[in-house]
Amino acid sequence: MLNRLTQNLDFQTEALTLRAERQRLIASNIANADTPGYVAREMDFSQALREATGSLAAGGAARMQTTQTGHIQPMAGSLGGPVGLKYAAAAQTNLDRNSVDMDRERASFAENSVKYEATLRFINGSVRSMLDAMKSPSQG
Amino acid sequence: MSMFKVFDISGSAVSAQSQRLNVVASNLANADTVAGPDGQVYKARNVVFKTVMMDTAGSAARGEADNPVLASAGVRVSDVTEDQTPGRKVLNPAHPLADKDGYVTYSNVNAVEEMVNMISSSRSYQNNIEVMNTAKSLLQKTLQMGQGV
Repeated sequence: MLNRLTQNLDFQTEALTLRAERQRLIASNIANADTPGYVAREMDFSQALREATGSLAAGGAARMQTTQTGHIQPMAGSLGGPVGLKYAAAAQTNLDRNSVDMDRERASFAENSVKYEATLRFINGSVRSMLDAMKSPSQG
Repeated sequence: MSMFKVFDISGSAVSAQSQRLNVVASNLANADTVAGPDGQVYKARNVVFKTVMMDTAGSAARGEADNPVLASAGVRVSDVTEDQTPGRKVLNPAHPLADKDGYVTYSNVNAVEEMVNMISSSRSYQNNIEVMNTAKSLLQKTLQMGQGV
């Protein structure tokens, strides 16, 4: 019964964790903007969220699969890769083979911060509605 | 809590960029240094940045030690190299340190290159500071989660 109260928050919690993860990823890219040979990473957020919330069909393309005898069975709940991390393609070539596009990283960083804050507000909103629902009318 | 790692990542980058800025300062300060009687002259120095995976201990605990994509990628100065190009020679027989042909050897610092390096590293420094500021304000808002209701 009690888990019904927090069930609504599970989705937002997963989203918040993934937003923080993406923030860390973009911070890594920005930190390595001047490192020769560094390859920028990016996260497919919607796919990562679908994997995290389990709404991606089991055995889908992103899941680990055993296609040959001798493959080790994946553990329950394991995913195909680390939360859908990919390598970002460079918009412009660089002499030192660094593929960080600072304009894009800054834009992603700003976008991700705003969406992180939005998710926080959604959580706060859900908490407020739950508290409102628990209050008796006389309490106002 | 991966948001805390942002401080490690950006902190390493800030420290590396400030080291680069230090090297630029040394180079610019020695732009007009002249070779002494031993013929040794200041050589321009360059930093070499290298990605350093910071989260290897944490990912090892989760059984993902071989998975570098999960680890946080910080940066560090792996090496400081000396530019080996010969210093520029100026004909000035009146100079006390001129060699027997009358040439004075100056350091091989290229001032334009150093200025470009300086601007680039100062911009990167600012970028990383801003990343830390954003992470800090997001974390503060996270700490207040559920309190404003």
